[in-house]
Amino acid sequence: MSSQRLSGWGRTAWTVADVISTNDPNLIRQTVASSGERGVIARGLGRSYGAAAQNAGGTVIEMANEGDPMGIDAILDPISGVLDVAAGVSLDSILRLCVPRGWFVPVTPGTRFVTVGGAISSDIHGKNHHLDGSFGQHVLSMSVLLASGEVVELSPEKNPAWFWATVGGMGLTGIILRATVSMLPIESAKVRVETERLENFDAVCAAMSSDSADDDYRYSVCWVDLLATGSSMGRGVLTRGDHATASEVDSDEPCAYDPRLTVSAPGWVPNGLLNKFSIKVFNEAWYRKAPSKRHVGIESIPAFFHPLDGVNKWNRLYGNQGFIQYQFIVPLDRTDVLRKVIETFSTAGVGSFLAVLKRMGPQNASPMSFPTEGWTLTLDIAAGIKGLAELLAKVDVMVLDAGGRHYLAKDSHVSPSAVRRGYPRLDEWMTTQQQMDPTGVWRSDLARRLGLVETRRSS
Amino acid sequence: MKNGVGVAQNIVLFGGTSEIGQAILQRVVKPGVSHLVLVSRDIDAATQVSHSLVSQYPDMEVHHVRYDASDAESIVHVVDEVVSAIGDIDVAILAQGLLNEGLDYFSDPAKVVPMATVNFTGKMVLMYALANRLRNQGYGKMVLLSSVAGERVRKGNPAYGATKAGIDGFALALDHELAGTGASILVVRPGFVTTKMTAGMSKAPFSTDAESVAKIVEKAIADNSKIVWAPGLLQYMFFILKNLPIVVWRRLPL
Repeated sequence: MSSQRLSGWGRTAWTVADVISTNDPNLIRQTVASSGERGVIARGLGRSYGAAAQNAGGTVIEMANEGDPMGIDAILDPISGVLDVAAGVSLDSILRLCVPRGWFVPVTPGTRFVTVGGAISSDIHGKNHHLDGSFGQHVLSMSVLLASGEVVELSPEKNPAWFWATVGGMGLTGIILRATVSMLPIESAKVRVETERLENFDAVCAAMSSDSADDDYRYSVCWVDLLATGSSMGRGVLTRGDHATASEVDSDEPCAYDPRLTVSAPGWVPNGLLNKFSIKVFNEAWYRKAPSKRHVGIESIPAFFHPLDGVNKWNRLYGNQGFIQYQFIVPLDRTDVLRKVIETFSTAGVGSFLAVLKRMGPQNASPMSFPTEGWTLTLDIAAGIKGLAELLAKVDVMVLDAGGRHYLAKDSHVSPSAVRRGYPRLDEWMTTQQQMDPTGVWRSDLARRLGLVETRRSS
Repeated sequence: MKNGVGVAQNIVLFGGTSEIGQAILQRVVKPGVSHLVLVSRDIDAATQVSHSLVSQYPDMEVHHVRYDASDAESIVHVVDEVVSAIGDIDVAILAQGLLNEGLDYFSDPAKVVPMATVNFTGKMVLMYALANRLRNQGYGKMVLLSSVAGERVRKGNPAYGATKAGIDGFALALDHELAGTGASILVVRPGFVTTKMTAGMSKAPFSTDAESVAKIVEKAIADNSKIVWAPGLLQYMFFILKNLPIVVWRRLPL
């Protein structure tokens, strides 16, 4: 156990906690039993942007077991495609194990460096949400260590209330030790991708709506240029596709998979390198790079799903002030709010290096799961921008008034009342959370800030 | 809990009626703040001076705690009271101070005691109590309003200067001791600030006002600075003054 300074991927709001790295259930149980009043939270690969996996003054258990000499703790049933995997294993390791055998993860976010435990706790989604839903919907069962030290088996059939409170529960119901996940069969390690340039926001919304052909594509996402103004406001590059069939890939080994990290961001980057001018140049280039006519090509898994993973530690590009990721969702018929939000950011001159729009499918049974039928917009913003707190507070109100909400795995700033408004089933979840953790052991900085757990202890 | 865009959720001001303290609140209270605690001798006065700020943030809970800054030993309990009201402390601003300008300590030396308690002894008690809390919660910041008066103590009000020199040195060393715990201290060294405390005094060179000090403090909190001067130029001026030979120093019209 050592005292360490931790932050989320956005490198803001650092706090100090006692950190222990282990995935041994007995050691975890001992650590939990001897924890102090500031409680315990599990941490995976630290890819949530805000303070979800840190616990100021308390204990943090690092579960990621990359580099484990015993190899990765995962067993794939090659017939059924069911993966039995330890919670600390990353999607990266799973892909390395499974893609060559013809299986893909059912849901992947924009990075493959997340653990299974984190994927369940945040109920992550990917480019296929409109058809396949979020990660939790593909979890068949999981073992969860409760605060009492007891390990319970949860599934949608066996104790569904506890299962769904843990899916999207931000690690506050217990520590996920193992899960069985239903994998997706693939014929190749390539993706057939259609790329299309869309000249303004109306074109973007029209192309991605459920009335269009969007449901014909398993994967669909649109990059949006937030700094474009006037008639090209909200212009974007839409990429859609599906796993390529073996016949589409001209190879003897269609499932050969080799994700390599190319470069690392330097350790020291000045604040403000990513400013509205450099982002404007980047956005212009990115837009122009996309073919003006619809184009179909074959891409690798990393290129299509995890473009940012190509640069190791890319979060350092924002300098020591860090950055936030702002992700919200509004109902399908509220594209007017999306437009208003985009206008608000572009008027304020707040650029986003990475603005992504996606149409999401129906909500699942989890009370705290973020995705619900609607549009989700995600933006990266440098944290040091002057007046950002005031600007975001304004945008939060637009989102909430439209019946929308914010993604807790990305959240860095919303108020407790914003969560209460955005997640109408919060009370129901809190009741289940208290059944699972009656003495209030699980604590995180995010939970404290948003009042997700009752502060019955003196913390 | 502080958030990712630099907004402190729970803020405490010691010396709730302090003009500089209130000016800093104007800067650091932003959308996202949950609790504000004003610790003061006179709750009515503190309510009055904070009225316009408080009315801008209807969602913010405001707490008042009464204390006597000249009763050093009672201050430990004041911190307990604050913590039981709001839990974690994100930012604590220490703005209480006694100047006692014009008091004749030569004829009444015991008058030094209450000033030394408010400015030095009591503040050390407070800072240890806060440090303990911040260390246990794994994050949090104290903002100490020191003074250039402590940088090189001069005639006129040597007792005041000595308390500032003492608390300034104490704060820097305490911050050093807190390294790695998540808790930290920002030492603010303003020059002559035109406030009610200095009303009627002749202005020193490079004088400033409470709003300008507050602006500098806001940036220093965001940058996680250890020491900040207001105005910034004083840092260089005092570097020279501090290192002047005593014969030269005594000839200066300061």
